[in-house]
Amino acid sequence: MAYAQPTPILEVRDLHVEFDTMSGLVQGLRGVSFSVMPGETLALVGESGSGKSVTAQAVMGLIGLPGSIVSGDILWKGQSLLTPEGQKKAASLRGKSLSMVFQDPMTSLNPLMTIGAHLVEVLRRHMKLSKPQAFARGVELLEAVGITEPRRRMAQYPHEFSGGMRQRVMIALAIACEPELLIADEPTTALDVTIQAQVLDLLADLQKSMGLSIVLITHDLGIVAGLCERVAVMYAGSIVEAGSAATVFEQAEHPYTQGLIRSTPRLDDRRDRLVSIEGAPPSLLHPPKGCAFQSRCPVASRQCDTKPARQETPAGGSVSCWTPSLPAWADVAKTTEVHAR
Amino acid sequence: MGTFILRRSLQGFLVVLGVTIVVFVATRMIGDPAQVMLPLSATDAQRAAFEQQFGLDRPLDAQFISFVGDLMRFDFGESLWQRRAALEVVLEKLPKTLELIGVGLLLATVVGIPLGALAAVRPDGLFDRVVVGLSLTGLSVPQFWLGLLLIMVFAVGLGWVPTFGSGSLAHMILPAITLAVPSMARIMMLVRSSVINELNQQYVRTAKARGMPFGRVLFQHAMRNALVPVLTLVGWEVISAWAGYTVVVETVFAWPGLGFTAMKAINHSDLFLLQAIVFVVAVGIVLVNIGLDVLFKLIDPRIKEA
Ligand SMILES: Nc1ncnc2c1ncn2[C@@H]1O[C@H](COP(=O)(O)OP(=O)(O)O)[C@@H](O)[C@H]1O
Ligand SMILES: [Mg+2]
Repeated sequence: MAYAQPTPILEVRDLHVEFDTMSGLVQGLRGVSFSVMPGETLALVGESGSGKSVTAQAVMGLIGLPGSIVSGDILWKGQSLLTPEGQKKAASLRGKSLSMVFQDPMTSLNPLMTIGAHLVEVLRRHMKLSKPQAFARGVELLEAVGITEPRRRMAQYPHEFSGGMRQRVMIALAIACEPELLIADEPTTALDVTIQAQVLDLLADLQKSMGLSIVLITHDLGIVAGLCERVAVMYAGSIVEAGSAATVFEQAEHPYTQGLIRSTPRLDDRRDRLVSIEGAPPSLLHPPKGCAFQSRCPVASRQCDTKPARQETPAGGSVSCWTPSLPAWADVAKTTEVHAR
Repeated sequence: MGTFILRRSLQGFLVVLGVTIVVFVATRMIGDPAQVMLPLSATDAQRAAFEQQFGLDRPLDAQFISFVGDLMRFDFGESLWQRRAALEVVLEKLPKTLELIGVGLLLATVVGIPLGALAAVRPDGLFDRVVVGLSLTGLSVPQFWLGLLLIMVFAVGLGWVPTFGSGSLAHMILPAITLAVPSMARIMMLVRSSVINELNQQYVRTAKARGMPFGRVLFQHAMRNALVPVLTLVGWEVISAWAGYTVVVETVFAWPGLGFTAMKAINHSDLFLLQAIVFVVAVGIVLVNIGLDVLFKLIDPRIKEA
């Protein structure tokens, strides 16, 4: 493996998660593997429904019924979190060394508790602070995430905050106990575009000043470039391509990644049309036997009826495809044209 | 908050005024007090004397003015059955009913809320099925029948408690349980569904993600939110006990409260006593409503003064 020397802070190995629903077993994750090094920012990208949130929940130990982890492993600094002792370890990490910011800031705070009560609660639990100490630290944290008049804001309730402000509060809560790894699941999807940029800048600043590792989950490749060193692309419950941000953007190997990049608007864009990938991801209730992308893939062949193995790329990444690095979208026959913003 | 209470009180005053007008219309215009209160055998002369004594021979508008004027001075007239001021009778019986409602609904909430919340922890689990089964039983048993059943088993059969009357804690037990059971069942069901709903909310997921132990997530986070609708139900239970269920329970147990007295007033055709009871019940309902509104404002910061 390319990252053999230092121990990753988080390593996910061939993770399978299933949901036992009324209509049958939904295979939410079908073999997800990735690792995050200390201080590194990894982007997990993919269309909605590809399993990004399920991956985050699995790492946080939040998969509840009807879901369950059926196989694979999650390791924290080399130690499994799924064994009985590991689960105890996971419980002690959660909210402290390992924390998470969710997609919807409007519903993520308890409407009957003040912002201060949220901060004091988490600080007292994990940092063993007294109430006044926790309050003082809470004020500092609000200030650190760019909330003005933090002392007054502590006494206010969530409904007195805007969406962007609430997401800042969620970030303050997530970094309150000096985590080593922060998972941010589409932290800006629910926010206005201008606020999005501010929140992403905040995350980047915190990452630098605190040296934490971040897993940034997004369906928007456009926000990945400036922020993340590495990118893992998810499709239908597995990771189809991973590598450094530069190589994935410049020389995407997987037809799906290539399609995603083609459909992402860029600031320096001189194209006046964007091209989206036609079709929809397969049902995870009855996923196809072979490559999950074959029905939408312009370069699919007979081979693709068997599942492609993961292989390393010359640039140091990995890809699961029988015919990687083919310029898949050269002909536009299988694509739809969409107007750029 | 002060102006809020003042405004609600003013609204309440209007409600009580409305009720008294309805009472006036029902008794003086639709009904005929002399016919209701005098025995069927009364002569026309007796009837005329009665009407003159209570001013019922005057025009309606004059009657209404003196009716409202009397109400302002809390003068409800004399109870013909008890031969003393109707309000005096009401105030004497009032504490007994308040006691019954207090103990009964305390029982209903103290048992109903924790059981409902624990059932919600594992919906469709064994404990949940037991709780839901108990609730459905409690909901489907008629209250008077439950009272009689309890008397048969625990008073007559086992002889553990007295069959009727009041005065000691032992007297209290069966009436309070009878009053509590249907309310308890409703509270249990609502707490259960409300907590299940809250445990699925995003803020519960984020609290778990911050490493909060389940007990804290349940009691500090989910329960607080779940109790907002429960408070509405408890208020409604107080009101319906106050304005109805206690009549049944007090009658079954000969519990000397307002409900039992109301039944007797009806039996004795004691219109003035009944009027006084209706008035006090109306005031009570208004007070409970104001109390609930104040509680809601204290609990839920999202409720603006409106
Ligand atoms: N609680 C659940 N019950 C059933 N299926 C679920 C549940 N949670 C997620 N899934 C399924 O898992 C798949 C991945 O979902 P998710 O991780 O939320 O996607 P996304 O990449 O948009 O975050 C979806 O097909 C979804 O239907
Ligand atoms: Mg998601």
